[in-house]
Amino acid sequence: MATPAISPASARRVFWALAAAGGAVLAVALGAAHYMEQHGHIVTGMNNQVVWGLPHVFAIFLIVAASGALNVASVGSVFGESGYKPFSPLSVLLTVALLAGGLLVLVLDLGRPERLLVAATHYNFRSIFAWNMILYNGLFVICALYLWSLLERRLGKFAKPVGLAAFAWRIILTTGTGSIFGFLVARQAYASGVIAPLFIALSLAWGLAVFHLAQSGLAQLAGEAMSEELQGRVRRLLGIFVVAALYFVAVHHMTNLYWAKQTAFEHFILVTGAPYPVLFWIGYVGLGSVVPLALLFHPRLAGPRSTALASGLVSLGAFALLYVFIIGGQAFPLEIFPGYEVASSFSDGKVDAYAPSLPEFLLGIGGLAASFLIALVGVHALPILPLEAFARPAAAPAK
Amino acid sequence: MNPVSKRRREFLGTAATIAGAMIAPGVFLYDYAHGKAPGEAASGKVRWGMLIDTTKCASGCRDCVDACNQENGLPGTTRPTDSQWIRKVDLKDLKTGKAISAPVMCQHCADPPCVDVCPTGASFKRADGIVLVDRHTCIGCRYCMMACPYKARSFVHEPTTGQKPDVPRGKGCVESCTLCVHKVDRGGTPSCVEACAAAGHHAIVFGDLNDPQSEISKRVRAVATTQLRADLRTDNGVRYQGI
Ligand code: SF4
Ligand code: SF4
Repeated sequence: MATPAISPASARRVFWALAAAGGAVLAVALGAAHYMEQHGHIVTGMNNQVVWGLPHVFAIFLIVAASGALNVASVGSVFGESGYKPFSPLSVLLTVALLAGGLLVLVLDLGRPERLLVAATHYNFRSIFAWNMILYNGLFVICALYLWSLLERRLGKFAKPVGLAAFAWRIILTTGTGSIFGFLVARQAYASGVIAPLFIALSLAWGLAVFHLAQSGLAQLAGEAMSEELQGRVRRLLGIFVVAALYFVAVHHMTNLYWAKQTAFEHFILVTGAPYPVLFWIGYVGLGSVVPLALLFHPRLAGPRSTALASGLVSLGAFALLYVFIIGGQAFPLEIFPGYEVASSFSDGKVDAYAPSLPEFLLGIGGLAASFLIALVGVHALPILPLEAFARPAAAPAK
Repeated sequence: MNPVSKRRREFLGTAATIAGAMIAPGVFLYDYAHGKAPGEAASGKVRWGMLIDTTKCASGCRDCVDACNQENGLPGTTRPTDSQWIRKVDLKDLKTGKAISAPVMCQHCADPPCVDVCPTGASFKRADGIVLVDRHTCIGCRYCMMACPYKARSFVHEPTTGQKPDVPRGKGCVESCTLCVHKVDRGGTPSCVEACAAAGHHAIVFGDLNDPQSEISKRVRAVATTQLRADLRTDNGVRYQGI
């Protein structure tokens, strides 16, 4: 057992400080959402052409990362890698936390968030969105059972089958998330069969990066918990996932370039359409992929610090990529009249400008805060980590 | 052929005929009625549509747009956040340089992507082909706007003012051209069509595409018309001539 870095009493103080900080950010975000609801989306940067803005960047990041956060649990209980097993509960908890944070943003960005009940009672089974709601709710249920089977010794024998179900479910779920975009046949940016596997590759990388950040953060507080050997494996795994994601991003753009009619869009997103090329090349490819790969694989750089830094950069790169994908994809004009130059009062033929406003940014940050709080409370209330110092400090006699 | 399978064949043939008559009456039994009694359901025998003759549509003319705004209580402003149910698009053929002007609105697709993606079923297609948004079940997710190939939809970004009793609108919901369903159901014609005719252009014909005797059907038979982005196979109820 590793030695705790700080005493249980200070760990408790840190817990409350973090909870207060997360709660404050969440409160501000809820205020921002209320403001948006009162005034309408006129107070956001969104409009009739860029209909999904910054909140969707945050929401999709959280939902995609949620699925990937399950990696460690899957490796531990499905593929039987016993070294990972002590970290399986944290992995499942993070999945729940990230998914909840993402859904919170998605719901609060609706034009009519108070109609959630309508969404729950009126289902259009042809809609990928409606399917996704079932998939998201299903993942919550499966994760709850999974967590239970991991934490309750008597249910240990169920951990493997439930883990297997969770593994299959989250692959389907990420396919569903990707398909929200992949099925938009009319849009140059999205209609593609590569999007579903692309999203799966992204989820593996982003989820592991977030897991690593959470795990190393907890280790700071409660002692070093991962063996050197295991750290090395996580590092290599993250590197492989980053490369896989890069590969699918490249395939997506290559197939678009191959179809002659998409070249204008690719030229826009990769070369001329500021700010998207900068975000793509410097944000996602450079800082979000190449630099992390160097940090992870260069023999002189590799170490716990650089793994954490690499994880942080992979997450930031994720935001850059999603911004380009979601917002850049909408800013480019829809092609309604092929072979014609077009102009109208409704942005036909024109690249649309989108500048996110403060309330929508705050709402997005609120999703992160909600995920953080859920993870924090989970770690606090459940024996999530094999660490006495941080887990269940409340159970210590209060004096 | 043995008698059993012969009988079965005859039965299947009869059943198919009956089913055909029930499912696709628009194909077998033509209906000439325009307009319907209040409370009567929309009829699948009718397929409302429009034919826009771009050769008659004047560049710079906004009569249809103004009439739509007036009829439906839209403010008529054109900020990126304002609703535009119908807009004039100026086109220039990249090869020949020919200039064309045409109104674009909801195309009332027979296979509407907006309806497919709507999670709550708020986007729906009536039996007579008119695609609408149920303002009471729309949650404002804007997925239909992502899916519509024609950018036909607008999201209400602000509280509304000056609403018309026949045309409910509301902040946080998505809306689009209703083909003036409130007028059509009373036997009327969409306002854009009326305004265009009143100005002497007669660039838009409205009618029942399922009725071979209607003016629109005759025109569609006689002249070459196109559906926008026909490659997407949404089978639009709005057709264009001269593009
Ligand atoms: S034009 Fe757009 S809004 Fe109208 S029916 Fe087709 S997909 Fe739906
Ligand atoms: S915005 Fe409304 S009509 Fe459009 S998909 Fe969402 S719920 Fe359906």
